[in-house]
Parts: sequence; structure tokens; C-alpha cells
Amino acid sequence: MIAYALRRLLQAIPTLFVVVTLSFFLIRLAPGGPFDLERPLPPAAMENLKRLYGLDQPLIVQYGRYLLSLAKGDLGPSFSFRDLTVNDLFARGLPVSATLGSLALALALLLGLGFGTLAAFRRGRMADRLVGIGASLGLAVPTFVTAPLLQIVFGLSLAWLPVGGWDGGNPRNLVLPVITLALPQIAAIARLTRSALNEVLTQPHIRTLRAMGLPPWRVALQALRGALLPVLSTLGPVAAALLTGSVIVETIFGLPGIGRYFVDGALNRDYTLVMGTVVLVAVMVVAFNLVADLLAAVLDPRLRLGA
Amino acid sequence: MFHVEHSGPMSTATPATSLAGLARRRLIRNRPAFAALLTLVAVALACLLGPFMTGHTPERIYPDLVRTAPGFEAHPRPETVRPAIDRLAFRMRLTVEDFSERDGIVRLALTASQRIDERSLSYLPRSDLFGPPTILERSEDGRRLVVEARVQKLHFLLGTDVLGRDLLTRCLVAGRISLLIGLTATLAALLVGVTYGAVSGMLGGAVDALMMRVVDILYALPFVFFVIVLLVFFRAGLWLVLVAVAAVEWLDMARIVRTQTMSLKSRDFVRAAQALGLTTPAILARHIVPNTLGPIVVAATLLVPRVILLESFLSFLGLGVQEPATSWGVLIAEGSRALESAPWMLAAPAGLLVVSLVSLNLLGDGLADALDPRLSEPR
Repeated sequence: MIAYALRRLLQAIPTLFVVVTLSFFLIRLAPGGPFDLERPLPPAAMENLKRLYGLDQPLIVQYGRYLLSLAKGDLGPSFSFRDLTVNDLFARGLPVSATLGSLALALALLLGLGFGTLAAFRRGRMADRLVGIGASLGLAVPTFVTAPLLQIVFGLSLAWLPVGGWDGGNPRNLVLPVITLALPQIAAIARLTRSALNEVLTQPHIRTLRAMGLPPWRVALQALRGALLPVLSTLGPVAAALLTGSVIVETIFGLPGIGRYFVDGALNRDYTLVMGTVVLVAVMVVAFNLVADLLAAVLDPRLRLGA
Repeated sequence: MFHVEHSGPMSTATPATSLAGLARRRLIRNRPAFAALLTLVAVALACLLGPFMTGHTPERIYPDLVRTAPGFEAHPRPETVRPAIDRLAFRMRLTVEDFSERDGIVRLALTASQRIDERSLSYLPRSDLFGPPTILERSEDGRRLVVEARVQKLHFLLGTDVLGRDLLTRCLVAGRISLLIGLTATLAALLVGVTYGAVSGMLGGAVDALMMRVVDILYALPFVFFVIVLLVFFRAGLWLVLVAVAAVEWLDMARIVRTQTMSLKSRDFVRAAQALGLTTPAILARHIVPNTLGPIVVAATLLVPRVILLESFLSFLGLGVQEPATSWGVLIAEGSRALESAPWMLAAPAGLLVVSLVSLNLLGDGLADALDPRLSEPR
């Protein structure tokens, strides 16, 4: 088990390296720079600025320096947020995004698995159809439609919850963003669970359990164990995406997370901020894929031994 | 539709139903999937032909009819005609002495303290609400005119936006772009993915391992981020969006095709083709790829909605389709900004988008079921 985990960890290193290298050169190849203003700076000032941030060095030297500082966990100074490092920005924003994301993930798992199981055990009946319709809708309605709708209904018409803002993590402020984030994931997980369970329920070992007279809920638990595998395998990227924040949700609800940094950073040519976000997301994707794989290996011994 | 080649004895067998025929019949019997197919055809036709039939062009601005609510009635509405005339008369610096309206034609008696400049009457047709005026009577001193003008009958089934443009026309024109992007990007992803997967699966061995390792690494890349980098840093237009989206989405396709190819290449008809001396590319094109069409079609059908969603996400952020071109994502972004004053501006494009996406997903699921040989049902 530990050997398996270590092997997977080693496989992640080239991936991260490719991500960093690709994005570093892609961003630098693009026209424009971080200090391009409406009115250009005097050449001398520009020189000084560039020297200050090390941009006067050849690209390959900059790349080497970046890798070195990255290895130390230093993501560099932000170009657009003055006097702040990218690490500072993440230290402020990540707790917000991670709180929202983990709540949304928990909600999505709870409801997604619940609805999926319900649908599989009521195959072809009303509950199955309702879950099917709900899941298709949940997958098709984009978050940038759900978010304003929720704001209008629960924020303005009913005035139950605040329309937006963070307010120091007030639980009431979290409800709408978490629901918005969770809805498509609930739909996706419910669909996957349903089809995976349908597959498992036809297998001989489940038939045996039923024949032995086990109560339905114990059969369900046993079947879920097998059906969790396909769900788990998709969960890695989903968890990473949720925890690193959503541009849309954070913009619409006015939340100070890190979801907005990437687009803002790209628009401002804030090289280090963009790179930092890419690295963060890539690390998260790799980490959560690893967690998902390890959990899968716990559930299914074949995965540990084979391959 | 999905013609599957059989080089074996199958092709000479007596009236066995072909897989394609069976699939077609199953699909038609699958009510939701068939309804979804019809809906899609309807949406596509509406987007293609509809803009010519709404009576408006997507860019035409009606400044006097901003934020008109959806409905069947003609605009301007009867009760707004008199106030509109008063407003226009004020601008023309004329007094409305007499006003009557019959059969959609207004008759006005206009007076002024000095000679009326008849050119100022052009305010009437310029307001979108009235047709060109005809002068019936002119007083001697030119201070009084009797004028007739037709009241326009404009229809805005889905209302107008904040600038006074017909929302229906705009939604349909936007739909063309969204659907076009969905189809083209999927096609591109299909070409790259199928070729890559088939070659990788066919060659096997070290080449296959290397090619799949590349796919694995690409999988872990935060691709949406690269798309955004491309769009922002390189000032991308529609076509780059297309390419970017296709670049993200070909990976799944490659995996599916590779698995299929690996199981096919050890089958007898492929062996026979090899024994007959066919080259590997020929075997791929003639025997392998046609037999993977089923899963490919399913994956492609499910890919289209994902591409459309991705495009609308980018357009919502202002990174995708740029004005004056428009897509459902652009319209939804406009709508969510005007949500309180004109909720239909969000409802209309979002509704169309959701209906199309749900239909595509249902159709994809239906196709998957129809092409699944395990689900044999009584004929």
C-alpha cells in the first residue's frame, strides 16, 4: 500500500514539471508585459522596474530562478497587487475558497450518492425518473444562470439570505454560493452512482446476498462499495476545482477567494500570480487524484496488487 | 447512419438485422431520446432560418422600445401612442391641436407659433413607432399642418434587451454561433482523438505506452487555464476559442478509441486483412475505425454539450465570442446584468441553452443504450 502510494507520488513529479514549464513559457511568449500602461513609462523607469523583478535577465535564467524559488515554496511577488507576494494572496483567499469548496463537495457527495442510490433501487419507477430529469437539468444549467436566479429568489424576493459578500465567513453568506457550486456536482455524482449501481446490482454476489435474505439496506451498502469506484475516479479533478475556487461563483457573490485571481492575473499580465494559480491547481489535481486512487485501492484490493 | 463493416461471414447472412438498423429502431422507441432529437432539429432549424422570419435584424436598435416585455401584442401598444406623440411633438416644438387614431393610422393637427419646418416631421419615422408621415393639409401661413402617419406594428415575442434589440432574433443568431462552435470543436476533437487513439492502440508496445503517458500528463493539466491564457494573452477570436476547446476535449476520445482498437486488432477479420497484405493505415481506415463508430458517436454527442457549456462559460467571462458577434453565453452574461429590470433577458437565452444541452445529453444517453449490444430487448 505504501509502495503503491510512493509510486503514484513519483509519477506526479514529471506531470507537475511539464505543467510549470509549459505555462511559464506560454505566458512569456505572449505579447504585452506587466508594466504596460495606457501612457508608457519612461524607459529608465521601465528598466528599473524590470531589474527589480528580475525581468531583465534572459528567459532561461528567469525560468531557472523560478524553479528554484518554487522548490522552496516561494511563489514570488505579485506584479499587480503591490507589496504583496503571491503567497500572501493565497494565504488570504485560499481559506475562503477552500471553505466553500469543501462544503460544496460534502453536500454534493451526500446528496449525489443519496439520489443515485435511490434511483438505482427504484429503477424504472417515479423516483428514478425524477432523479434522471433532475440530473439532466443539473448538468445543463450553468452556474452563471443558477447563481443570479438564487440571488433573486432567496436574496431579493424572499430576503431570507444575503445576496453576496463574505462577512467573515458568516454561515448565512455561505448558503447560496455552496448550493450553486454543489448543484452540477450533485447531478453528476447522482448519474454516475445510478449507472454504476445498476451495473453492480446485476452481479452474482449481490444476487447471493439477496438470496441469503439480507435486509435491503445492507445489500445497498454492499453494492455501494463496488459502485463507489467509478465515482471516486472522477472525484479527483472535481475536488481540486471546487477547493481552488470558481471564478463565476466568487465574482457573482462577491467573495474574496482565489478563483478570481487567475483571470484578473491574466488580464494584468501578472506573470507570477498566473503561474502561482496554475501551480496551485495542478498540485491540487495531482494530490486529489492521488487521494482518490488510494481510496479506490482501499476499496478494491485488485488495484493495489495489480499494475 | 452508423454503417458497420463486416468482412466476415456476417455480410452474407440472411435477413439478420444490422446493428445500425437495430440501433435506429431502439432509438426511435426510446421516447425521451427521440423527443430530444426532434427538439434539437427544431432548435437548429429555428437558429438557421428563424432570424430571417422575425422581421428584425439582430443589430437593429429600437431606442423607444427598450426593455419591452415578451408577449404577442404589437408595439407600440395603443395606450402608449398618445404619450409618444406628445413627446415627439415636444421635440419638434409643435403643439398637438387635434389627435385621432383609426385603423392603425394617427391623424394629427400640429400647430406652432411660427412657420413649421416640414423637415422636422422626420422625427416621426425616426422614432420606430410611426411610419413616414403624409401631409394632408397646410394652412396659408404654414403654422398649422394636418398629418397622417401609420402606427408601426412591431412584434417582440421574447421582448427587447436594454438597448432595444429584438431578443428572439438575437437568441437565434447567438444559437448559430453556439451550435457551430459545439459542432466544429467536437469534430476537431474527434479527428485528433480518433486518429491518436487508433494509432496508439494499433501500434501497441512502447509507442503506445509513450503516447498514453502523454495523454496522462495532459489529463493532469489545468486545461481551462491554458485556454484562458491563450484567449487573454493572444487576444483570441472565435476560431482560437474553437481550437482551444478542441485541444482540451480530444483526450477522452483518444482513450475510448484506443481501448476499442486494442480489442479489435486481435480479431479474425483484422488478422485476415493483415494476411492479405493490407498496410496498417489501410486496416485502420477500413476495418478498425468504422467498427469503433458506435462509442465514438456516443462520446461525440455527449461532447457537444460540454463544448457549448465551456464556450458559454468563456463568453460569460468576456473571453469568448466578442461583440458584435454573440453567443448564448454572451446573452446570458448581458441578461444576468439586467436581471432585475428585464428578467426575460436571462430567461430566454438560458432557456434555449438548457433545452439544447438537456436534449443533447438525452440523445447521447439514448444512443449509448441503443448501441449497447448487452441490452437486447424483444423485437
